[in-house]
Amino acid sequence: MTVPPGSVLVVGASAGGLTTAEALRRKGFEGRITLLGDETHLPYDRPPLSKQVLSGAWEPVRAQLRPEPALRALDAELVLGDRATGLDVMNRTVRTESGRRLGADAIVIATGVRARTFPGQANLASVHVIRTLDDAVALRAELAVAGRLVVVGDGVLGAEVAATGSGLGLDVTLAGPQSVPMESQFGAWAGGLLGDLHTEQGVRLRLGTGVSGLAGVSGRVTGVVLESGERLPADVVVVAIGGIPATDWLADSGLTCENGIVCDATCRAADGIYAVGDVARWRHQGLGALLRLENRTNATEQAVAVASNILGADQPYTPVPYFWTDQYDVKVMVHGLIPADAEVEVVEGDPAARRFVALCRSGGVARAVVGWNMPKQTRVHRGQVADALTLADGVPAGVRQGLPSSALEDLASPA
Amino acid sequence: MKVIVEEDKCCGAGTCVLVAPDVFDQRDDDGIVMLLDEAPGPELHDAVREAVSVCPAAAIGLIE
Repeated sequence: MTVPPGSVLVVGASAGGLTTAEALRRKGFEGRITLLGDETHLPYDRPPLSKQVLSGAWEPVRAQLRPEPALRALDAELVLGDRATGLDVMNRTVRTESGRRLGADAIVIATGVRARTFPGQANLASVHVIRTLDDAVALRAELAVAGRLVVVGDGVLGAEVAATGSGLGLDVTLAGPQSVPMESQFGAWAGGLLGDLHTEQGVRLRLGTGVSGLAGVSGRVTGVVLESGERLPADVVVVAIGGIPATDWLADSGLTCENGIVCDATCRAADGIYAVGDVARWRHQGLGALLRLENRTNATEQAVAVASNILGADQPYTPVPYFWTDQYDVKVMVHGLIPADAEVEVVEGDPAARRFVALCRSGGVARAVVGWNMPKQTRVHRGQVADALTLADGVPAGVRQGLPSSALEDLASPA
Repeated sequence: MKVIVEEDKCCGAGTCVLVAPDVFDQRDDDGIVMLLDEAPGPELHDAVREAVSVCPAAAIGLIE
């Protein structure tokens, strides 16, 4: 878009949506901004839901992203508690559940993901997902009176919920198909260290086996049945088996939605239509592939990039992927994407002391840095990963060997 | 402009240091944010506002 728009509609009022609005104002945009969100809460943050909010360390209101004066200063219209149900790309108009029709010169889609569930899960009481603040509050109330918690899903969210449940004194079992927790994010080595930590803290690991179903009596869950045949008794079950990009409402829009909204390198899905955060699958030029990241920092960094592009920058978005997790007294963070065939070298600290930084290389190139209880030192090593992403710019598939297929997927024809 | 940090919200990502290294640093032992300049000059205001906006823990506040 060569002429800056007069109005911007942001669909989704979580971290990505709110940051888009803030970045537009910071960059001098004086037009109308509308922020449409399907929940009734003021914009809040999701990482604390599985940790501080679930444990009760924070009252839910502490997860709010900005104090009310800061939201007012944004001078954006907040339309909350109304879900987008359709998009007219040509006329840049969004229809909502309540019957609103919201038009703008540019539209940013930041609708995130919804929690994946098991078939029939909704008919059983005491089976939970955690995606929203209401989800976390409801689960917190049940955990306060429960004895046995089974967490299905060995990714970031499942591992965090297991740690929080253990901290609350529950008898916790973590089940999932990988050989170690968070294997797809951490690789086998660091995932193994995390598994050891959970075991030491008393969490029972049932990994390397799928879940065949949930058991229940009189409409209430009583346990989880594994494909191995083992039955795990439970008072409460948390299902943390991933997210599905919230693109159902775009089915007849004409936008390409394949594991997220497919965008070009500038995060543009169509003329005047952009995507931000968990829902966006854009061409990362440094990796030469389509990428979709469900990471908190990506939501905000992509929002800043999209705000610039709406205002005419037309720059590719090429971040160094980053995420962190807090479990027990451990903070682990990763800059970059850990290749499946990573050669791991500890560059600072000592794994035995549970404090280290490790570089993950593939084909001699630094692909990721993993930090375990050494946040500052981990960031210092980030530069090597950033350099590798820059070097890879425009270079085809060879450089991508070994990167996790869970994050990276090529499209048959270039976007 | 006055900058406020909430240490117990900070997640140690260091995003603020990447955006505004003259204003923020991290502690060596646990990576928690350190405020180097609680009243930064006008030349730093844009960077500080960006740091507030992109902080992945919403741990930085401003009084302007």
